[in-house]
Amino acid sequence: MSNGLEIRWHGRGGQGAKTAALLLADVAFQTGAFVQGFPEYGPERMGAPITAYNRISYKPIRVHSNIYTPDMVMVVDETLLESVDVTAGLKKDGAIIINSERSKEEILPYLKGYQGSVYVIDARAISQQTLGKNFPNSPMLAAAVAVSGVMEREAFLKEMRASYAHKFAKKPEVIEGNMKALEMTWDALSEELKDAEKLIA
Amino acid sequence: MRTDVTKIHENTPHQELTEGLMMFAGGTSKHFCTGEWRTSTPVFIEEKCKQCLLCTPVCPDSAIPVRDSRRADFDYDHCKGCGICAKVCPFGAIEMKEGR
Amino acid sequence: MAKKDRMSGNEAVAYAIRQINPDVMPAFPITPSTEIPQMVSTYIANGEIDTEFIPVESEHSSMSAAIGAEAAGARSLTATSSCGLALMWEELLVAASNRMPVALALVNRTLSGPININCDHTDGMGARDTGWIQIYAENNQEAYDNFIQAYPIAEHKDVHLPIMICQDGFITSHAVENITLLEDEQVREFVGTYEPEEYLLNPGKPMALGPYSISAYAMEARKNQEIAMENAKGVILEVADKFRALSGRGFGLFEEYRTEDADFIMLIMGSAAGTAKQAVDDLRKKGKKVGVLKLRVFRPFPATEIAKALSGCKAVAIMDRCESYNGNGGPLGSEVMAGLYREKIVIEAVNYIYGLAGRDFTVDHVYEIFEELEKAVGEGKTVEQFRYIGLRE
Repeated sequence: MSNGLEIRWHGRGGQGAKTAALLLADVAFQTGAFVQGFPEYGPERMGAPITAYNRISYKPIRVHSNIYTPDMVMVVDETLLESVDVTAGLKKDGAIIINSERSKEEILPYLKGYQGSVYVIDARAISQQTLGKNFPNSPMLAAAVAVSGVMEREAFLKEMRASYAHKFAKKPEVIEGNMKALEMTWDALSEELKDAEKLIA
Repeated sequence: MRTDVTKIHENTPHQELTEGLMMFAGGTSKHFCTGEWRTSTPVFIEEKCKQCLLCTPVCPDSAIPVRDSRRADFDYDHCKGCGICAKVCPFGAIEMKEGR
Repeated sequence: MAKKDRMSGNEAVAYAIRQINPDVMPAFPITPSTEIPQMVSTYIANGEIDTEFIPVESEHSSMSAAIGAEAAGARSLTATSSCGLALMWEELLVAASNRMPVALALVNRTLSGPININCDHTDGMGARDTGWIQIYAENNQEAYDNFIQAYPIAEHKDVHLPIMICQDGFITSHAVENITLLEDEQVREFVGTYEPEEYLLNPGKPMALGPYSISAYAMEARKNQEIAMENAKGVILEVADKFRALSGRGFGLFEEYRTEDADFIMLIMGSAAGTAKQAVDDLRKKGKKVGVLKLRVFRPFPATEIAKALSGCKAVAIMDRCESYNGNGGPLGSEVMAGLYREKIVIEAVNYIYGLAGRDFTVDHVYEIFEELEKAVGEGKTVEQFRYIGLRE
């Protein structure tokens, strides 16, 4: 793990892929790692495809370019599967996590024969169930942390509770919903992840 | 950093000029005798003057001194001879003559 | 005690401004610098600082108001990018010639056209001859550190010049990275209170500022301004030493990374220097004698110091993140080569143009450039000057 962990996020303007990348940087920072979280801006419009990136390493990070051979790809909006080459450069021993209500079998044909790990999370359903609205950020963040192995479950939940308490100081009613979304996502993945190797070592 | 304006002139080397040519002093125009520029000169005819004081505020060089609410003769060190005072005087108490 | 945190480059500069608590900040928003005045206004609204924020109608006004405030005796600053800096142009020269130590947080962005919001150094380079000190940052940490050093440099009695603290738009301004922060008290003590000897709102001590100057005086005034810029070099080094003693971080006019025995050096400024250093580490593992000279201070330009630092190498790649449209390369290329000639140092010097309008610059590009330098020296191959890196052909 000499070069650290590199992650690429695909989303649409306004969906919060950039925010999710920054939240992941926050979480990783709490473990004492060196982090980068940054967006790549294209057309500045709601709905336009956007890309965001993370680097997480136990050595200082100096590179300031985009990521072309990520260890992990997060697809926040599955409609991008048709227009964006989401597995471009993705390492064979890496992972891709897609937000979709469809099954993994239905998603695979879009991934151009990608050989690495594929995880599908229905972030919309989890968000609707826990928050009553479609905010895919929290589920996607939990999936990113669980799959990458940046943090253990309990430590992550404790950290996020503190972070939400600060962030939602003026609307504490949403804290529990968000916490629930994190837990549900993590637990939904736990069976699949049982024998998987952590991406970050 | 106060400026001695008498030491600044067109032959002053750059080392002795002020930073940004700022003038750290007040009322320095007194030291600058614009009267040298004069090619025509106002003459004050005291007997025609009603002391209305219309001339004083229009003088661009404050060259018409006022004492005890009465104007005195011109300050020729600073009068450039522009003639505005002669134009504004309703009583013909200021006449312009050629030269200094 | 130093505090470890993570934040974006814009947050880092806003944090430094909070710690300094300057007197007046006029600003007009423009991407990617908008967050800086936005965050400072939040600090003000929360009562954390008592800076007077002036919302203005344009950047011409923000610079004018910053100059006016500074002349009145207040420590002032503003932030901008791209076309915002271009609109300030006239006032930039006024700030410098009136010797106002105003600070400006410049978040580098290209200028139109084609219309684009991303990073290159076109804005900063366009203002290179306006009489401002310019310091560039590799990352959020340096943007923070440089901003804390801004006023001690600009307000020094031998300098009295405005200062631009520059960082790369989006690449560092919007990237969250680790950072080590100083305590508020340490910063306040380091920067000190602003006590100008002469200023306009000073009862009983009248002064005239920015007077008309006839030809008999103007050239002498320019010379004095030029001397102040030369003086800035020494002052920047002094302040950097003090800052290093306080924080354990920082560089003088430039950073020399693995250059001591390097045959090939890349001279580069801003965020891409980090990428170049990573590539140098990779190449060193393969036995290549390569290094990076990261320029920190662009104005005053340390031509002699750079020439001497390059004197031991065989070839240098001079990297410009700016097109000058002069048929003669970029500003860094021209100035470094002039410095080499003056010092009679004859090495292979190749100017490259990279990263325009946000075009990504990667470690692969750095490998490619070092390979080209090696061929130029080893095989006597003529290298194309001011070639565009990563151009589709």
